[in-house]
Amino acid sequence: MVGYLLKRIGLMLLTLFIVISLTFFLMKLIPGSPFSAAAKLNETQRAIMAAKYGLDQPVPVQYLKYMTNVLQGDLGVSFQFSNTPVTELIAKRIGPSATLGLQAMIFGTIFGIILGVIAALRQNTWMDYGSTLVAVLGKSIPSFVFAAMLQYFIAVRLGWFPVAFWRGYEYSILPTIALAIFPISIAARFMRTEMIEVLSSDYIVLARAKGASSFEVAFKHALRNALIPVVTVLGPLAVSLITGSLVVERVFAIPGLGEQFVTSINVLDYPVIMGTTILFAALFIFVVLIVDILYSIIDPRIRLSGGEN
Amino acid sequence: MESILTVKDLAISFNTYAGEVKAIRGVNFELYKGETLAIVGESGSGKSVTTKSIMRLLPKSNSEMKPESQILFDGKDLTKQTDKQMEKIRGKDISMIFQDPMTSLNPTMKIGKQIAEPLLKHQNLSKAQAKARALELLKLVGIPNPEVRINQYPHQFSGGQRQRIVIAVALACNPKVLIADEPTTALDVTIQAQILDLMKDLQKKIDTSIIFITHDLGVVASVADRVAVMYGGRIVEVGTVDEIFYNPKHPYTWGLISSMPSLETDVDELFVIPGSPPDLLNPPKGDAFAARNRFAMAIDFEEEPPMFKVSETHYAATWLLHPDAPYVEPPEAVKKNQEKFNNAQSKGGVY
Repeated sequence: MVGYLLKRIGLMLLTLFIVISLTFFLMKLIPGSPFSAAAKLNETQRAIMAAKYGLDQPVPVQYLKYMTNVLQGDLGVSFQFSNTPVTELIAKRIGPSATLGLQAMIFGTIFGIILGVIAALRQNTWMDYGSTLVAVLGKSIPSFVFAAMLQYFIAVRLGWFPVAFWRGYEYSILPTIALAIFPISIAARFMRTEMIEVLSSDYIVLARAKGASSFEVAFKHALRNALIPVVTVLGPLAVSLITGSLVVERVFAIPGLGEQFVTSINVLDYPVIMGTTILFAALFIFVVLIVDILYSIIDPRIRLSGGEN
Repeated sequence: MESILTVKDLAISFNTYAGEVKAIRGVNFELYKGETLAIVGESGSGKSVTTKSIMRLLPKSNSEMKPESQILFDGKDLTKQTDKQMEKIRGKDISMIFQDPMTSLNPTMKIGKQIAEPLLKHQNLSKAQAKARALELLKLVGIPNPEVRINQYPHQFSGGQRQRIVIAVALACNPKVLIADEPTTALDVTIQAQILDLMKDLQKKIDTSIIFITHDLGVVASVADRVAVMYGGRIVEVGTVDEIFYNPKHPYTWGLISSMPSLETDVDELFVIPGSPPDLLNPPKGDAFAARNRFAMAIDFEEEPPMFKVSETHYAATWLLHPDAPYVEPPEAVKKNQEKFNNAQSKGGVY
């Protein structure tokens, strides 16, 4: 297990290195410079700015310099927010995004799994159709429409929660629901399919032949087996939720990472683009590792030592 | 002989998009205490459906048991029990072994827990007692090193060992009836022999009655006391092993016996029963086997034959047994079997 983890961490660092390098060169391929938008600057001023941030040097030199800094934990300073370090910017912005993402993930998967299990156990009844309807709507309604509906009906008409902004816990409820609808529909659909398949397998018939009640059959025997494929889908989904949803953050005026990422690409704020990419990639790789460890906990047939048994 | 399970007029249909498939069309049989009754027949003849319906394990959503069906066990009609009542019978009084040991154990649950489950459910044992009993059962079915093995998962066992574990699960509560649905079909021949020996041995130890489903007549000869031959959702012939093997009366049983390769046969081609099983979506009017039966008479296509009595224990549903029917010679293979049997009898002793 320890050997396996070390090997995995080595691979994770390699992956991260490749992601950083690719992003760096791809980013340099975008036409324009960070200062081309500011019409007030003349040629000389632009050259001075470029020299100040080292952008006048050849791309390979910039790359080497950037990599050296990254290895020392320095992600550089932002161009758009007068010299604020990127780490500080991310640290300030990740709070709301992570809170929303985690809440949406926990609420979404648990609720989605329950919906899927109910649909599978009550196949072809109104409960199944209801759960399918929720899942299809959740996947097909764009999140900004859903967010706006939540704002109008629950915040404006009923007045249960604030419409927007980020000033306390109650401000996180509506955006969490808006974000959770996607994991709910994914989890519900996957869970239903897997559960139906597992419920028709031989060991479930044997469990029933032992005299297990339908509740025991569903939760002691079937659920764990049906969860295995669902975990695969939910892992990467978790990252995209934690790192923030641009649309939902915009609609609810929440100062999160997703919003900042898109702005920084628009104005070619190189250090922020790189910093956010590194964070997303690192999180993604980390979640994949967590998913693999979860696998081995759920499914005893998977051994992390890699076939030494 | 005391009967422990009586199946009367069992009729089951499956509702499919194509229409109503009449899988079981009036099955009657009795299971006596302590005996092994083999149910044989080709795929689709209704063997598994019959036994699954005894356990009430058929999916409720698309299967339908006709109201005249009766399954009498222990003074109760199982067709009339509620789901809760059935849960108390399953695994305790009647339990089941399935065909494929590779898929019939839960892959994510330790085998000790899987064996202990019916014990905890039906016998009010504490966890420690259930574990001790699970260890005992593992020893009983011949799993070496049970103290270690009890904490392992199914994938750590071979196919034969897994079937032993499934048998341990089935026998955990000393059931009165054990239904074995082709328990050796998925195993290779040496393991097959071991499992059959184990089952025979355990049957004596815990005094249970076994319904043994198979399509392997060799297996039947080695385990069964009586045999019921199923065809097209009905039992067409029933009798003791000797009666079915050495004095079969139904042309379908003749076909089965003739298809059995033996060590003495030295032929280039094995016998097959021509044609294919009847379409149970639209069951034929007369005898379901008539279309494949070279001895079929006009009446076979008109009217279903009743069960004719051959002896106290031997019945067959074929018009050939009607007093007005002409005499037909059974096929060569069947006659050879009969002669062998008669010779052995006259010498005193069957084998």
